[in-house]
Amino acid sequence: MITNPLLIFVAAFIVNNILLMRYIGLCPFFGVSTSLSTAFGMSTAVLFVMLLSTWVTWIIFHFVLLPLDLVFLRTAAFILVIAALVQFVEMFLKKNFKTLYTAMGIYLPLITTNCAILAVTFLVIDYKYSLFQSTIFAIGTAFGFGLVIILFSAIRERLEFAPISRSLKGYPIAFIAASLVALAFLGFIGLFGLTL
Amino acid sequence: MKQKVNHLKYLTDGIIIDNPILVLMIGLCPTLATSITAKDAFGMGIAASFVLICSNLVVSAIRKLIPDAVRIPVFIIVISTFVTIVDYVMQAYAPALYRVLGVFVPLIVVNCIILGRAEAFAYKNGIIDSFLDGFGKSIGFTLVIVVMGIIREYFSTGSIFGIIIGPKFLISNPVLFMIFPPGGFLLIGIFKALINKFVIKQESVG
Repeated sequence: MITNPLLIFVAAFIVNNILLMRYIGLCPFFGVSTSLSTAFGMSTAVLFVMLLSTWVTWIIFHFVLLPLDLVFLRTAAFILVIAALVQFVEMFLKKNFKTLYTAMGIYLPLITTNCAILAVTFLVIDYKYSLFQSTIFAIGTAFGFGLVIILFSAIRERLEFAPISRSLKGYPIAFIAASLVALAFLGFIGLFGLTL
Repeated sequence: MKQKVNHLKYLTDGIIIDNPILVLMIGLCPTLATSITAKDAFGMGIAASFVLICSNLVVSAIRKLIPDAVRIPVFIIVISTFVTIVDYVMQAYAPALYRVLGVFVPLIVVNCIILGRAEAFAYKNGIIDSFLDGFGKSIGFTLVIVVMGIIREYFSTGSIFGIIIGPKFLISNPVLFMIFPPGGFLLIGIFKALINKFVIKQESVG
């Protein structure tokens, strides 16, 4: 198990990249990565919500579910907490931080059913990370999500104008492009001795 | 008589015409992540199908009791109940499969197919129709994931469902590309292109 915070960050950021290596959070990946601005808005929102929900669910798991022996409620509790949290954050931003809300407001409801958020909250429990390590892991994962989605949106903007067969247009060519990007990321396996 | 045809249509639509993965493009994460071998893919297909059919049944049974404003949280509670059941049953009776699927078992709860069908179909239709719809979509999902599992397992180990059938050169020189993530993306891309060419084409033109 990795304990060094720097290695946790690198592993979550690149080596075990949540989109390309773990295959989590693909629905927003293909849905939102059509232009650079939406990709940027989405990744900011993901960073924000991922950090908050990791803290909240970590605290709930360790201070409520474990002492009360209610671990079997984990799935239900986490998803409900995240859904409520996202709703709350949305209202809070709308009232107090108008600029931030206009930047990422429309992406917040979409994030509730983003598997990436829920996966991170489960993974930090499975890996038995401390709150500090969980924070590093969440930041690294969100950065990895952002990096790939922003890189990929640039590729997709070019693909729009590529002269390809009609049945390949849209999703199929996006998947094939994702395959090539993932192939590039495979090269990072073994970096600092980190494996898949 | 017309009514009867319509009912069966709910079942058959999910397999090809409305295939959740290849046509509706939802539920991609488990499809790619758990289709490394045919057996794991089949396990994931069965687990997700169980949750989908049960949650469709329960949601349609209680649809008149759910207030409109809180329907999404109610769906999530129903779905997560069944996911928890699957989680614990699999841990007890198929621990090897559980270790391979890992975090993807609890993640069935955010599988867009299940919440999507609860919202788009089960909340508005009767129990029998919802069952047929869930069953059809389950077959569509399991079919795609198992076919992907078979292809990826064959090219990466030369066997299918653990039975070695491949030619010698494939066993000694496996195409490791296929078990790594790029192989999964490539396969889905090719499948989707074929579906676009042969299935959706007639509809968009006509």
